[in-house]
Amino acid sequence: MQISRSIYMRRAIFSVAASLVGVVFALPLVWFIFAPFNARAELGLAIPSPFTLSNFVTVFQNSFAMHALLNSLIQAFGGVILVGGAATLAAYALSRSSIPGKRAVTYILLLFSSVVSGSAAMVPIFLIISAIGLIDTHLAVILVFAGGLLPTAMFILRDFIDAIPKSYEESAMVAGASPIQTFFDVALPVIRPGIVVVVVWAFVNIWGSFLIPFILLRKDTLMPASVAIYSFYSEAGTPIVTLLAAYSLIYSLPVIVLYLFVNWKFGFRFFGGIKS
Amino acid sequence: MASVEFQNVSKTFGSFTAVPDISFSIADGEFVCLLGPSGCGKTTSLRMIAGLETPSGGKVLIGGKDVTYLHPKDRQISMVFQDYALYPHMNLADNIAYPLKVRGEAEDKRHARAKEVADVLKIGDLMKRLPSQISGGQQQRTSLARALVYPSQVYLFDEPLSNLDAKLRLEARGFLNHLQRDMGMTAVYVTHDQAEAMALATRIAVMDKGRIVQFAPPIEIYRRPATTFVANFVGNPPMNLVPVEAMVDGGQLRLRADGLTLTGLPLSDDIAKAAAKGKMTLGVRPEHLRMAEAGDANTITGKLFANENMGPESLVTMERADGGRVTARIFTDDEIRTDDHVTLAFDTRHVTLFDDTGARIPEIGE
Repeated sequence: MQISRSIYMRRAIFSVAASLVGVVFALPLVWFIFAPFNARAELGLAIPSPFTLSNFVTVFQNSFAMHALLNSLIQAFGGVILVGGAATLAAYALSRSSIPGKRAVTYILLLFSSVVSGSAAMVPIFLIISAIGLIDTHLAVILVFAGGLLPTAMFILRDFIDAIPKSYEESAMVAGASPIQTFFDVALPVIRPGIVVVVVWAFVNIWGSFLIPFILLRKDTLMPASVAIYSFYSEAGTPIVTLLAAYSLIYSLPVIVLYLFVNWKFGFRFFGGIKS
Repeated sequence: MASVEFQNVSKTFGSFTAVPDISFSIADGEFVCLLGPSGCGKTTSLRMIAGLETPSGGKVLIGGKDVTYLHPKDRQISMVFQDYALYPHMNLADNIAYPLKVRGEAEDKRHARAKEVADVLKIGDLMKRLPSQISGGQQQRTSLARALVYPSQVYLFDEPLSNLDAKLRLEARGFLNHLQRDMGMTAVYVTHDQAEAMALATRIAVMDKGRIVQFAPPIEIYRRPATTFVANFVGNPPMNLVPVEAMVDGGQLRLRADGLTLTGLPLSDDIAKAAAKGKMTLGVRPEHLRMAEAGDANTITGKLFANENMGPESLVTMERADGGRVTARIFTDDEIRTDDHVTLAFDTRHVTLFDDTGARIPEIGE
């Protein structure tokens, strides 16, 4: 009796504590869903009354911000294609070939990418991009993102490919497939779940990044949404909460859509299919 | 179909030598089993025939042509993998037809051919399924169908039955045997299961530590194992090996070991030479031992260790005074009653003798 009561107490305390932590994390999300539909939204949480779409109307009229969404898509897709393609080929080679020191290559790249990228590298990156003459282009942003994300993407994918039995490809080769056929017919479909993970990860990274496009771009027509979001600040530097909330919701939709699409189409799981 | 030949082939992985130096030739139409414990180099040898490993030295020939450095796709071979390696994203029809696809066969033609082979293997009605939606036995037959869908020079098998349960394995083994009789294919089959090798092979290569210890037809391997290693590997259960002290006394061979009574073994020059070294190994197969009756001249005795009734036969194992065990396979429908002590009898014509290095001493008149 005594024991079970103390267990109840412990469970109750744990549940309350967990709920409190949950609420702390949930509140901003609830605000994020409610505020865009509230004409008088402030930083405080309030249920929209009356429920309105007027914030969205104003945001849609801001052509700079709308164009920025398109720029974000261009930069994110460009970066994702480059990272996905290059990481797949590099990781496949690093996993399957017998190059001496191939492990060291990945670790050194990974080390440099985490130390060298980020704000510390901004000046050299700017100077390099400027020297190539790519300042103020989509390509500059895409290349810098690809360079920063590739080592980690390669690392994730190489680990994934290492876990896939070689006998898939070996059976294709013995059956008469050339290395190219083996890669596209057999290896690529089997690696696909890993590529999907890397692609989603890279997309989210590029989509949310502010500093790199802010430094490398000048023209308003090239700015991505992460930068354009500052157009919803008043000249005094205070945020216009209503519009900011509406734009933020629109801004986050592509990521949610991508996640749902990938989950529906591929599922975030790895499949085997080999008898062990 | 074609022959396969290894000329002084070696393979090292870094500092590890998997195959030191191996030479053999397999004639057109032979079904050869590479038999040995894990790590004996049998799979490495098979992979060198397939081109999945490149030899560190020597030459590999298929059909008389040097293929040592040829890509697997250009060797016109087919292979069944231990893990089946079915492509998880393709249905059975596409899996089986894949070798035809890379050869540029049109889709309807290659699917028709795949169906034909699948029907023979009784998986014809599963063609739209994915590999993950069929049973292990069906997966195994699918990988076999993929190997048989196009004409190959050599068929390679890498322990294809080891992932099946016992009953399915027997069934698949029988089918492979039938296939070999039907097609007369050249095949190299890697296994560590001596029963599989005995049942399927026209010749068995018993391997140990990267070398071929004996390369002979199954019956020869069974009757005249070249070394104690082969004797101990082949047979179910394997041959009983009893270390004995040997001497020649007055023109008679005398072998001494705990619990052993043996007289009247014939003496030859070879045996005398081996006996002069003092140590020998006596081998008797379990099926050549019987429960001793009064008057039996050649017996071996010890404490009962185990008595396993298998239905048509019983395995009676006894432990001799020095700890060595001897197993008899006794064919009887009756239950065998034993006391604490067991005495087993055998005929001298069923005795195989090995010298102190473990090599078989030739029989008289051989």
